[in-house]
Amino acid sequence: MLAPVTTAHYLVLSAILLLIGVVGILTRRNVIVLMMSIEIILNAVNVNLIAFARNLDQLEGQVFAIFVICVAVAEAAVGLGILIALFRNKETVQVDEIDLLKW
Amino acid sequence: MTETVFFYCFAALAVAGAILTVTMRNAVHCAISLIASLGGVAGLYLMLHAEFLFAVQIVLYIGGIMVLFLFVIMLVNLEAAARERQFHRSWVGGLLCAGGTGAMLAWFWLRGAGTLRLPPAVQPTPREGGNVESLAMVLFRDYLVPFELASLLLLVAIVGGVMMAKKRI
Repeated sequence: MLAPVTTAHYLVLSAILLLIGVVGILTRRNVIVLMMSIEIILNAVNVNLIAFARNLDQLEGQVFAIFVICVAVAEAAVGLGILIALFRNKETVQVDEIDLLKW
Repeated sequence: MTETVFFYCFAALAVAGAILTVTMRNAVHCAISLIASLGGVAGLYLMLHAEFLFAVQIVLYIGGIMVLFLFVIMLVNLEAAARERQFHRSWVGGLLCAGGTGAMLAWFWLRGAGTLRLPPAVQPTPREGGNVESLAMVLFRDYLVPFELASLLLLVAIVGGVMMAKKRI
């Protein structure tokens, strides 16, 4: 018999998703995959917020999740615009070859 | 019982999709795995009685952001990038950092499990008009100023995206 699902299950799942996203950001070279990892992390945050909203039976958590989604959309739009400008100038999407500002 | 089974199905979908996203070689495959992961998270929203966010996740994330990602993948030619190395030279360090963070989280969880008592989940109060209407009441009455600021943020993001992607202004 399986144990019923509690809020702790959702918190553990959210932590796992966060760690996968962090691994993606720290190890991959492709900028597009980096931005996808950021989306994974923002999704982990949303799972956390909505799990607590359900636990406390309040809607504020869901409202904050809407704002997080809003920020994620803005980030994706501007980030992909920057990526296109970058590709036009440097002809690469690998982060370790983009080292113009590196000392 | 069925709820538990569904939770594990959606959680497995979300985690497996996320793992494939950070490990696949081709960026298009990464995007498709991320769509699967977002779909699993959407199912979890439905189980948490957040029906509006479920719809937003499907329409906005899977239908909007991921299509934008796929467009950009088509614009920047990734044939060459798929053939190169996929991971940093210092990927071991990154993995160690993430593993350290995970170990710290697990340690705090195990140490603090006795003191951190989440209140047991209350039964969701049935609201008149369902999730969407009550969410709209909270969003447009109590959080009106942040809502307007969010629309301002989106306006700035639209202008910024056009400015960045356009060749000559």
